[in-house]
Amino acid sequence: MAYSNKIKELYQNQLKGIQDAGLFKQERFIKSSQDAEIVVEFPVGSPPKKVINVCANNYLGLSSHPDVLKAAHEGLDTRGYGMSSVRFICGTQDIHRELENKVSEFLGTEDTILFPSCMDANAGVFEAILTSEDVMISDRLVHASIIDGMRLCAAQHDTFKHSDMGHLEKKLQLHADKRLKVVINDGVYSMDGDTAKLDEMVALCEKYDAILFVDESHSSGFIGKTGRGTHEKCGVMGKIDIITTTFGKALGGASGGCVSGRKEIVEMCRQKARPYLFSNTIAPVVVSGVLRVLDILSQSTERRDKLEANTKFWRKGLTEAGFVLKDGDTPIVPVMLFNAKLAQDFSRDLFDLGIYAIGFFFPVVPQGAARIRTQISAGHEMHHLEKALDAFIQVGKKYEILGKTKQEIIDRYGC
Amino acid sequence: MENMKEVILEYVIEEYCDEENDDVTFDTPLISGGIVDSFSMVSLKRFLENKYNISIPDADASPEAFDTVEKIELLVKRFLK
Repeated sequence: MAYSNKIKELYQNQLKGIQDAGLFKQERFIKSSQDAEIVVEFPVGSPPKKVINVCANNYLGLSSHPDVLKAAHEGLDTRGYGMSSVRFICGTQDIHRELENKVSEFLGTEDTILFPSCMDANAGVFEAILTSEDVMISDRLVHASIIDGMRLCAAQHDTFKHSDMGHLEKKLQLHADKRLKVVINDGVYSMDGDTAKLDEMVALCEKYDAILFVDESHSSGFIGKTGRGTHEKCGVMGKIDIITTTFGKALGGASGGCVSGRKEIVEMCRQKARPYLFSNTIAPVVVSGVLRVLDILSQSTERRDKLEANTKFWRKGLTEAGFVLKDGDTPIVPVMLFNAKLAQDFSRDLFDLGIYAIGFFFPVVPQGAARIRTQISAGHEMHHLEKALDAFIQVGKKYEILGKTKQEIIDRYGC
Repeated sequence: MENMKEVILEYVIEEYCDEENDDVTFDTPLISGGIVDSFSMVSLKRFLENKYNISIPDADASPEAFDTVEKIELLVKRFLK
């Protein structure tokens, strides 16, 4: 019989191993739309509870914005529910191309191609443009989706120490003999919340004739003075060869992603990228929503300005309370706890106090680097942040970690 | 003559370590300890092949074989002419 007891037990043992190691993840059921406050059923069967959400990628608070909902409804009415097709067969509507052009304008690039997700964009782009004669040189903390995309590509691969421009330069020199070199990094690092040194990377790539790739999923919409991204912040708009980003975070939060950049590279993706060729096109309702989001962001910086102010308040509050944070100025603010069980207990206690924040531990982050990754939103009002801060402080006092160093926390709780 | 283990250790520290893990020794778990990930192993393999003029088949370049400086030395000696 297929799926014998032997196979079943194999997986049961592996799952038990994950549980015994304290690394088992449980889903919570959210019974509301995504917003600064959400209604959560946790554990399953318990009465739904309204809590303040500090762990969504809803950076600009647009995931349930009435204007975005209205645009999505209009998209459903005028362009239907699904296309039942990949892009190149009969899955491209006029609004898909309109969105690609609008993204190019927003990011300051030559062209853009949509993908069902940024995970798909990252999975497809390297294989579409590189061969075994080439090399990918990636920052050691790039997102998992980039790692998966690099694994699918025949090009050679090397890495450089996180954000270490001296080490990157050594690697560019080491690989001078390759046909093409691609330097790969995140604009804002999703687990630590720090920002790439794109201006220095652009200079190095120009010096060594390398292509520069940046995943802007945690930047698009709110990093930089007008929210164009890390390249705007670093003063290098127009100098990034390949940008991938998602519409599933600040840009509406539904789904979808893209490759944006040099027009030849985008066209190569259109001709060869497997997720583009073999996966369903983005639904019209989502395209319509993102178009409206880009309009909102192009007309005013109000939301990204509010996010910036909220972020400063939050970081200052946690720092003054004595938490160990990672350096940075982005709305991704990891509260470092180092021990997986502590991160889970901390999360549960926060939930009891009406704050929704999830513990991150191996394999999502390295062993011994467990944390609560908080993410601030323009949708948060000051009373949300004050209540959340009070709760963090209360739980921090309970576990006696306030004012303690990393080593002191590890000595007490292990890692 | 250079001590092979010291040469390998020096490269590992230079290539992979920062001030948070500067106490790496000959038997520190590198791969299983999270200091070197599977992608970063490639540069170590390349260094060994260039340094000692050897060729390590991909099948032998396993995370287990690269997990400590001591094990890496054993691997290199297998392929030295």
